[in-house]
Amino acid sequence: MIQRLFAPFALFLVIGFLIGPFLIIVAASFSAGETLAFPPQGFSLRWIAKVFTVESFRDSFATSMMLAIGGTFCALVLGIPAAYAMSRYKLPLSETVRTIVSAPVIVPGIIVGLALLRYFVVPFGIGITPALFLAHTALVLPYAVRVVSASLANLRSDIEEAAVLLGSSRLGAFFRVVLPNIRGGILSAFILGFVTSFNQVPVSLFLSGPGVRTLPIDMIAYMEIVFDPSVAALSSLLAFMSIGIVFLAERFLGFSRYV
Amino acid sequence: MSDLDFLSLEKLTLAYGDSIAVKELDLSIRKGELVAFLGPSGCGKTTTMRAIAGLLAPASGRIRLDGADITRVSANRRSVGLVFQSYALFPHLSVFENVAFGLRLKKLPAADIEKRVNAGLKSVGLTSFASRKPAELSGGQQQRVALARSMVMEPKVLLLDEPLSNLDARLRLEMRTELQRVQKETGVTMIFVTHDQGEALSLADRIVVMKGGTIEQIGTPEEIYNRPASAFVADFVGFENIFELSGGKLKAANGLAELPGPVPSAAGLAWRPRMVTLGSGPFRGTVRGASFSGDSREYLLDTPLGPIKAEIDASLPAHAPDTELAFDLPVEKAAELKRFG
Repeated sequence: MIQRLFAPFALFLVIGFLIGPFLIIVAASFSAGETLAFPPQGFSLRWIAKVFTVESFRDSFATSMMLAIGGTFCALVLGIPAAYAMSRYKLPLSETVRTIVSAPVIVPGIIVGLALLRYFVVPFGIGITPALFLAHTALVLPYAVRVVSASLANLRSDIEEAAVLLGSSRLGAFFRVVLPNIRGGILSAFILGFVTSFNQVPVSLFLSGPGVRTLPIDMIAYMEIVFDPSVAALSSLLAFMSIGIVFLAERFLGFSRYV
Repeated sequence: MSDLDFLSLEKLTLAYGDSIAVKELDLSIRKGELVAFLGPSGCGKTTTMRAIAGLLAPASGRIRLDGADITRVSANRRSVGLVFQSYALFPHLSVFENVAFGLRLKKLPAADIEKRVNAGLKSVGLTSFASRKPAELSGGQQQRVALARSMVMEPKVLLLDEPLSNLDARLRLEMRTELQRVQKETGVTMIFVTHDQGEALSLADRIVVMKGGTIEQIGTPEEIYNRPASAFVADFVGFENIFELSGGKLKAANGLAELPGPVPSAAGLAWRPRMVTLGSGPFRGTVRGASFSGDSREYLLDTPLGPIKAEIDASLPAHAPDTELAFDLPVEKAAELKRFG
């Protein structure tokens, strides 16, 4: 009896805790008031409209998009062959490599960011954009390797030999029979990498500099100066963008099978 | 080159790293022959097949096919087909595209490809499945797709890895017939690998029995079944009473045992359970176990020679456990082993 009452209650609490903040932000973004507040004061779309007029948001959105798409793409170009090699060949150090590649996930972002800044960006005089790009590639790489590894593990390796015996080269076999069969895994890795990169704060915080900021960093900077609901409006828009991407991925690719 | 050595392996040594899997193998296979590589796992049969396919580079030795040395020819230019044990169909392609895969790589005209794929699918009875994905087919159907996929390439040699082992009894008979028909119709040289002596005996023109990376015996199914050359082959094809000979006497558990009558000069003698005479003869043993299998009864006897297995018609009276029985190992029925070991 107690269980029957308690279970829905616990479920409600957990869901409320997970979705609550999101609902508050969404509600706040439709506010008519001048400051970020909850409950919202009145209803308007003005802050949503304002998001599109803030120039720094437009610039940092473009930077974040470039980093998320480009960085994830590079991570996949590096990660797919790495995952393939580790799954198909008995390499002496493959477990070590797997661990090292996972390091950016395990080590706190603050430390990664600080270390990159102190020992890589400053001594070598690397520009802000290339530094951000390299950092985001490294951050996404673990996801690329892991997700692609998972889908390679489900694929028999003898189909490559079959392709070779039917006249294909080894490389051709990779493109003709391996790649098409791990397509779902690659797209899942891309989405996961994209979202990770796009929402990344601590590393970008250290590496952003004059004129070049990622969107989350820009939002923090904006909030320090202007405390209006446009940040909530922007957050809502980004959240809906993420939901949309994941929804489409699930709908067409069965995203959840790979993550 | 004649048709007698269409495919020949010359002193072929194969290794995985430092461990040698196949040692100085010599073998000639005729054009259009259906050969079985028979042996327990680890005997080198699959390794040899992979080397013929070009998936494994030999450590030394040569492979010749149709007059050309193909030892260093890469797997994709050998005209050797392989039907994998797991079938290895491409999961993302339809049945039609699976069969068309190799033909498309050859850049044949589309109309040609369609014609050949359709003929290939028709020959394995899968015309109506052309647009299905492999996952939507049964194991037997997948195997026939794999067979068609290899056969449309018109290979000089078709290799099959354990072609019947994944199929149930009814499909096995069907596939056996299918393979023999394809072989007779196309005249393709076929080699299949199996650990099942029944498969090898019923399907092959010639059997190559392998053990520990070398050939134990090569012969027709009748030769292998009736005249095994070694104790290993004898054991593999169901001779359960195997004895080494020493100076015309059996090397038995209790020392050397005299056999009645003249003894051939062989390294050993072997009897199937069927060949043991039960109820009369110079030896005595105690019944330790019995099993009934419909047509016959098999007895395990505890004898001074060691354990003996004997089989008699089920219509004969049964012997109770612990009964002492006379038995004979008739020399004239025994298989003479040239080598022991």
